[in-house]
This record gives sequence, C-alpha cells and structure tokens, in this order.
Amino acid sequence: MTDTPAPRHIPDRLDKPLSSAIFSWEALLVVIASAIFIVNSFASPYFLDPWSLSDLTFNFTEKGLIALAMALLIISGEIDLSVAAIVALASTMMGMAVQAGAGTPLLALIGIVVGLGCGAFNGLLVTRLGLPSIVVTIGTMSLFRGIAFIILGDQAYKGYPESFAFFGQGYVWWVFSFELALFLGAALIYWFVLHRTSFGRRVFAIGNNPVACQFSGVRVDRIKFILFCLTGLMSGIASVLITSRLGSTRPSIAQGYELEAITMVVLGGVSILGGAGSILGVVLAAFIMGLVTFGLGLLNVPGIVMSIFIGLLLIIVIALPIVWRRLREGRFA
Amino acid sequence: MKTFLKYREIWLLAGIVLLIGLISTRFPGFAEPANLRQVFNDTSILMILALGQMVVILTRSIDLSMASNLCFTGMVVAMLNAAHPAIPIPLLIVIALAVGLVLGAINGFLVWRLNIPSIVVTLGTLTIYRGATFVVSGGAWVNADQMSPGFINFQRAAFLGLPVLSWIAIIVIALFFLAMTRTAIGRSIHAIGVNPTASVYAGIDVGRTKFMVFCISGMIGGLAGYLWISRYVIASVEVANGYELNIIAACVIGGISIAGGIGSVGGAVLGALFLGIISNALPVINISPFWQMAISGSAIILAVVLNARGERRQGRIILRKAEAA
Repeated sequence: MTDTPAPRHIPDRLDKPLSSAIFSWEALLVVIASAIFIVNSFASPYFLDPWSLSDLTFNFTEKGLIALAMALLIISGEIDLSVAAIVALASTMMGMAVQAGAGTPLLALIGIVVGLGCGAFNGLLVTRLGLPSIVVTIGTMSLFRGIAFIILGDQAYKGYPESFAFFGQGYVWWVFSFELALFLGAALIYWFVLHRTSFGRRVFAIGNNPVACQFSGVRVDRIKFILFCLTGLMSGIASVLITSRLGSTRPSIAQGYELEAITMVVLGGVSILGGAGSILGVVLAAFIMGLVTFGLGLLNVPGIVMSIFIGLLLIIVIALPIVWRRLREGRFA
Repeated sequence: MKTFLKYREIWLLAGIVLLIGLISTRFPGFAEPANLRQVFNDTSILMILALGQMVVILTRSIDLSMASNLCFTGMVVAMLNAAHPAIPIPLLIVIALAVGLVLGAINGFLVWRLNIPSIVVTLGTLTIYRGATFVVSGGAWVNADQMSPGFINFQRAAFLGLPVLSWIAIIVIALFFLAMTRTAIGRSIHAIGVNPTASVYAGIDVGRTKFMVFCISGMIGGLAGYLWISRYVIASVEVANGYELNIIAACVIGGISIAGGIGSVGGAVLGALFLGIISNALPVINISPFWQMAISGSAIILAVVLNARGERRQGRIILRKAEAA
C-alpha cells in the first residue's frame, strides 16, 4: 500500500444546509415537477393537451426571464425589488411612444432601453454610493412605478400596432410560443455565463466573500453594476412581452411580479444569502410555479388560493432538507 | 450642541418641520393644531406598524408578512363582529392580538428553529396569509352595514381631545420606548443587530430573541388589522395589499439600518409621520395623488443616501481605505 496522503480537498463553497441535502437540489425539483405534472394529468382531462401545455408556459416565461437575471444578482449578494416597477415604467414609455406614432421595432427598443436605464440607475446607487440594495430598490420601486402613475394616472395606453402583438402572442413553431423560445434561449445564455465563464465564477465568489474578492483583484463594484443592468434589461424585455400580450398599459401592470420572481429564484435553490445556486434550478422552479398555477387553474381554484400553494411550496421545499438532515442526525429540536 | 446634532432624529424632525412649513406656504391651514392632530391620527396605524417592523429589522431580519397578517386578522375580527355583534370590543382587540401573535409566532418559529432566512419565510407567509384570508372569507367582503356601531366607532370616540386611535398609537409608542430603552430585551434586540456573535458570548439567546421580535411584529400586525378594518370599514382580501413596503419605507426614512443594530423608536415614528404628512398634504396643495408614490420613493432614496453617511463605523476605516486605494 502506498502511503500518499489523499489530495487535500478544498470545497469551493461552505457547507450550507441547502447544498448538503442528500439529493441535489435540482433532482428534488425534478421530482416535485414530475409529481405535480402527474397529479395534474390525473386531476384534469384537459391538462395533457399540447395547447394547454403551451398556454401553461405563459404563466412563467415573463417572470422567468426576470428571475434568470435576478438569480445572478442574488448569488452576488444583492437583490432588486424594483423589477416589476421597471416593467411598469418601460411599458408606460412604450405607451407614450405609441401615442407619438412609433413602429414595432422602435417600441421594443424603447422598452429594452428604459429597462436597461432603470437597472443602471439602481446599479449606480448601490455601487457608487455603497447603499444596501434592498433599501435602494424599495425606493426605486416606488419611484419607477410612481413615474408611471404620474404619467398615466387612472388612464391606460392602448392602440399598439398589430405587428407588436407577436412578442407576447406569437408562435415560432406549432405550439412553441415566442415567449417560451426566448425564455429557453435566455436560460441557455445565462447558464453558460454563470457556470462556464470566469465572469460567472466571479459572481459566485463575490457572493461568498466580497472583501476577499476585492483584495484578489476582482472588480466587485463593476460586476455588481453589470448585474443590476442585466436585471433591468431583462425587466425591459419582460415588459415588451407583457405589454404585447395584454395589448394595453396601466400603471398597475405586473404588480407583485418582484416577489414572484424572487420566489422562483429561491425555490430554484439559490441561497438568499448569496454565493450558491444554479440556472437549471431556477428554470425548473419556473416550470414548477407554472405547473402549480396552471393545474390549479384547470381545477377552478382561484388565483389567491394558488398563492397559498406557492407560498407553502417555497417554505416546505426550503425547510424539507433542513428537517431531513436534523432527523438523520437525530437532533430535531 | 454638537452631540445633540448627531442624533439623526433631530435632522428628521427638522426635515418634517421644514416640510410642514413648505406646505403651509401653499395651504396656510395645514400647520394648524387641529389639522396636525388629524394627520397624526391618520398616520397612527402606519406608526404602530413601523414600530413592529423596527424591532424585526434591528435584529437583521425582515417581516414582509405584516400587511398580509393585518389583512387576515382584520378579516377574522370583522367576521366575528358580523356574526356575533355581542362580543365586546376589548375582547375583539385581545382576539386580534392573539391571532396576530400566532401568525407572527409561525414566522418566528421557522426563522428560529429551522434557520431559514427571514426574507424567505415571510415572502412565503406573505402570500399564505393573504390566501388564507380568501379561504376564511370565501372571497366575500365584510361591509360597513355588517359591522356593529361599537366596532366602527370605538377608535373614533374622543378622549381628552384626541380620538382613541391616536391614544392607542401614543400608548404603543410609549411601550416600545420603555421596552427598547429600559429593558433587557430591548438591549438584546439592539445587541443582536450590532454583533450576533458577541451577543451569544454575552449570554443572549439570539434565536429566541428573533422568535420574540416576530411575535411582537405579529401582535402589532394583528392590532393594526382591527384598527385598519374599523377605520376604513371594509374587510376584503385586497386590504393593505403591498402595504408591507410602505411600512419598511417608514423605517428606512426613520433611519433604521436594514443591516440591523441601528434605529430608534423616535426614528420609526418620525419616518411614518413623514410619509403621513406627504399623503395628507398632496390633496390640499392641489398635487395629484398620483405623485405620492414617486415622492415617497425619492424620499426613501434620499433618506438612505443621508443615513449611509452616518453609518460608517470606526472599525471599518482601515478596510475602507484599502478598498479605496
């Protein structure tokens, strides 16, 4: 027997209750998603229809797009509560452009640029002035939606051009909507960036120890700024989709989306404390939330009761591995 | 004088006086005592809620479920009142406190025993409690004509020149002031926020204290539930939807650091008053109420910017210099 010592194993992240669960988080989510899928297909005869399943995806694609960028932001230890307000402001600006006679390409561009601008504003406040993001974005959340209210009051913008409807209502092939294609494409890009590039490694590193990163030559503030811009950008894109799907803009558009997007991210296994998570988990969580709301919708469960299931799902899925681990260690208290 | 000016509450108070002065130039009647009493009364519920949120934020936690708790408890007492008008109001208030306490204890238990971050727990219970309101009410509203006159008029009764609602706010403020400055639990709450590790070595049970602050915020949410419903005389699932962020905004404007450990009862009260004055002033100075959201948003951002200057701690200076270099 050779006496070489085992190579020293340096874990790339601290032993957290979440990641030390006996199954990987993603496996758990797959099991939950399959279970909900099977229950749904038994519960409603209308569920297993390609068009039903296609409609299902509209429940989460817009929030999911925001959640992808939010996941990176939360992994880096920051948060953005203003995403839904950015959607509202971008949609209002698009509505104003419609009144001025803008065409479809310009409308989409305006939505995206306004989103990007709002994200950059958040990013500047957080990185330049060193403010806590949760408070800054509570403020900008009121500010952005407040501007939408000032412009629109109790009015609504309508009259979007017919070609604009493609973003939120169009299909690229058979039952595959443009929204779903965009979501899956974006998920692939975010997966690559977070898990296969040095930028992604830096995002994880910042979430685990921003001070050590600073001393290791990582430009912490610049990366955080980019992440805020990305979150704003995705909110702008989501705004184009929602506005196109609804065909109108009210200042209360996308109300409450920020909490649903964050729920998706947390359900997807991203640590709210930063430093851990995966894009696959977020995508699975998006599908789970879509499955739950759509399945319950087919059973005529009101939306507000569905929210109980989403809330319970969030807490139970997070608590389960912790309780399980304690039971194994025989010290449940 | 110099130490006096260090207190951020003084600056906030000066800001509020300035704000009232500015409003008075457009609408002279605003600064009259009768109107200010009205503003105080209008802001009472927000002040109470901000105090409940304050103790949670001080321990580096957050309670996003307060508005949903308010909605649920309000619905429960309104339905009780509609079904059994004979139940005396003080008993209903005790019931409201108890229901709120249970909801808060659920949050606290999950944070304490399962170590789930409070933002995740209360994000979940935010939707659960509001959904539960729908379940207990079946989606129906409780309207003014279903509530007993005593239920509606209790908080409006005048006592020593002020409505009972204002007195309740004053009592709650006094209790929080005593608890935060004169009791061990108040010191523990501050200590946990400043340094949780040192608190453990100092013999403070961090988990249990966190559990207690969630119980407090839950009870406050329950109390506010009764007050809200009897003030606006309608109980529905939509009551106080999104209000949790107003509560946090009041705390932030009041100089309570979201990072924990910094904040005072006076700050929370003044922060709530600041928002209350703005919402009361806009209609009388002929600014569309649609401006309110953007104004309070700007106030929050301004408040954080100003507070961040005062929060730089001595011990961090070396690191900051290194960071800047």
